[in-house]
Amino acid sequence: MEKFTQLSALAAPLMRPNIDTDAIIPVKRLIGYQRHELGAFALEPYRFRADGSENPDFVLNQPRYRGAKILVTAENFGCGSSRESAVWALMAYGFRCVIAPGFGDIFTNNAFQNGLLLIRLPREEVDRIAEELGGAPSPAMAIDLQSCTITTPAGRQLEFQIDGERRQALLEGRDEIAMTLLRDADIAAFQSHDRVARPWIYQTVPPAA
Amino acid sequence: MAAQAQPRTLFDKIWASHVVAELSGGVSLLAIDRHLMHDLEAGAIIKRIADRGLRPHNPELTFGVPDHAVATDPRRRANSTPNSERLLREMKEGSDAFGITYFDLDTEGQGIVHVIGPELGLSQPGMTIVCADSHTCTHGGLGALSFGIGATEVAHVLATQTLRQTRPKTMRVNFNGKVAAGVTAKDLILATIGKIGTGAGRGHAVEYAGDAIRAMSIDERLTVCNLSIELGAKIGMIAPDDTTFEFLAGRRYAPQGDMFERALGYWRGLPTDEGARFDVEHSIDVDTVAPQVTWGTSPQDVIAVDSRIPDPSRESDPQRRKAMEAALAYMGLAPGAAIEGTPIDWVFIGSCTNGRLSDIREAARIVAGRKIAPNVRAWVVPGSEATQRAAEREGLDKVFLSAGFEWRKSGCSMCAGVNGDIIAPGQRSVSTTNRNFVGRQGPNARTHLASPAMAAAAALSGCIADARKIG
Repeated sequence: MEKFTQLSALAAPLMRPNIDTDAIIPVKRLIGYQRHELGAFALEPYRFRADGSENPDFVLNQPRYRGAKILVTAENFGCGSSRESAVWALMAYGFRCVIAPGFGDIFTNNAFQNGLLLIRLPREEVDRIAEELGGAPSPAMAIDLQSCTITTPAGRQLEFQIDGERRQALLEGRDEIAMTLLRDADIAAFQSHDRVARPWIYQTVPPAA
Repeated sequence: MAAQAQPRTLFDKIWASHVVAELSGGVSLLAIDRHLMHDLEAGAIIKRIADRGLRPHNPELTFGVPDHAVATDPRRRANSTPNSERLLREMKEGSDAFGITYFDLDTEGQGIVHVIGPELGLSQPGMTIVCADSHTCTHGGLGALSFGIGATEVAHVLATQTLRQTRPKTMRVNFNGKVAAGVTAKDLILATIGKIGTGAGRGHAVEYAGDAIRAMSIDERLTVCNLSIELGAKIGMIAPDDTTFEFLAGRRYAPQGDMFERALGYWRGLPTDEGARFDVEHSIDVDTVAPQVTWGTSPQDVIAVDSRIPDPSRESDPQRRKAMEAALAYMGLAPGAAIEGTPIDWVFIGSCTNGRLSDIREAARIVAGRKIAPNVRAWVVPGSEATQRAAEREGLDKVFLSAGFEWRKSGCSMCAGVNGDIIAPGQRSVSTTNRNFVGRQGPNARTHLASPAMAAAAALSGCIADARKIG
């Protein structure tokens, strides 16, 4: 997993609620592409018109937001399908952080497995940041995960809350599988007790037909 | 005398019994009882685990089945779609190498992963069940704690038979009253999503309760739980009862004989205790729910079939208004118009939402002895090989074929569009699936979600129709 400590970068406001993971990466891109190739298709249904040309009205195609590494968006971002490719596509496009009032549950777990920082803020605060981005000469902002602070385009300092375990994992770029493998004795102890308490769970060979 | 134990919810009980260790920051290491794999990424993930020098911790607890990429053509082979040959070969080879049971094409066992889990008795009350698919919440209809995961979490489960999870809050949705004639489980859950919103369940494990739920068959409960993720909740569940136990008895992978009796004793202790507290509660008066159909590009964009398409100009929230305008433009619909009578091109009956035998029977009842409209193409894709064979034993395939439907092989098909089963741009479908997202059934395809009865009625009428007027 990629580490995340701090980031000063351009940010783009995409203020549309309920952006689903099918819109973030269409299903036809899930097969036959490497993770790093998915950036070309991130948010494809919005970024491109039916004929394959760029949609000039879409925020990420506007010159001032090109190269954005921070996405500011609306309620329930990443709802829908569990595809982790949605996170890979956003990261391959260049995003390292998404700010929204809320995120899909499965998308949230996937993001933190890959080093994509998700920041939840109240809707009024997100809307205000989006307005500041629209009005700033250069739509830039800063995020510091050490101190859990955001510096908005207008220079305001905001604090954000993040789960302590997730913050630490991001700061260290931690591999969860390696961490859990260290707990093998706990897992073995659980299973040996559970095999007595719920033996049917482990009996998975069906009777002969 | 010992103090009375705190009343607990179904979710509380299952969660607590699976905690291997409490980690910092409110994260628990949870034991996983069943891990289900499908063809989309299984081969690649198994390879990634093997490349790290790891082996599956409990291969006997993982089961794999091809469903997403497989063709549904009646003459299909493993290589019938451009991608499926490689995906199925890699999945089968990886499963064999790891000692994972793989249900191959053309065997009773193959089907949509969320259909075969309950059907084979792999999914049971009180279990933790995971799969790299957001509709894993379906298995909660049997009283399991089941949820969708991403590819990295799949690797974690394979390597450790556990997952690191933050404990969600709890929500209960109470369905009270008596369901009106012609109204189905699909209508009840769509109406719920329309009422409380597609983000309402986020961060929550949802339990569905009430008289209307108790009266439901297992197939209907699976449909309700299936759409939990469209309510924003990755976990949806229904307390097990005699309906559940009767459903499981005798199934291939369910406990047998004395072991079934022992499991039964455990399962009977699972339902939510009287007086247990939920963080949030909602109530739905089911008496007033009519057959539902979606009009927009989110499952919450749903109305009764006899009502009018909403008008964005009457929406006060500017973000919501813009989203409604974009949805209507994509769908090619006018605000204020009746939705009934909207001409359609396609009908799809199938998916993990509504591809089970009772769904096929419900549609067949309406179709029997009639013909589909000449402008419509209509498919039935049974949810599993076993479902297909059971329906054919009842002669239902002939009912659909003689009406002008195509009767196909099981898979995710037009719900996910992975296998090339898609709708042409601009065409309109009534679909028994779960997502009406932009591009879900193909670029610029327009999807109206509805029940199998409503889909059958639309196929006959050539337009969105009220199944109650036909059935």
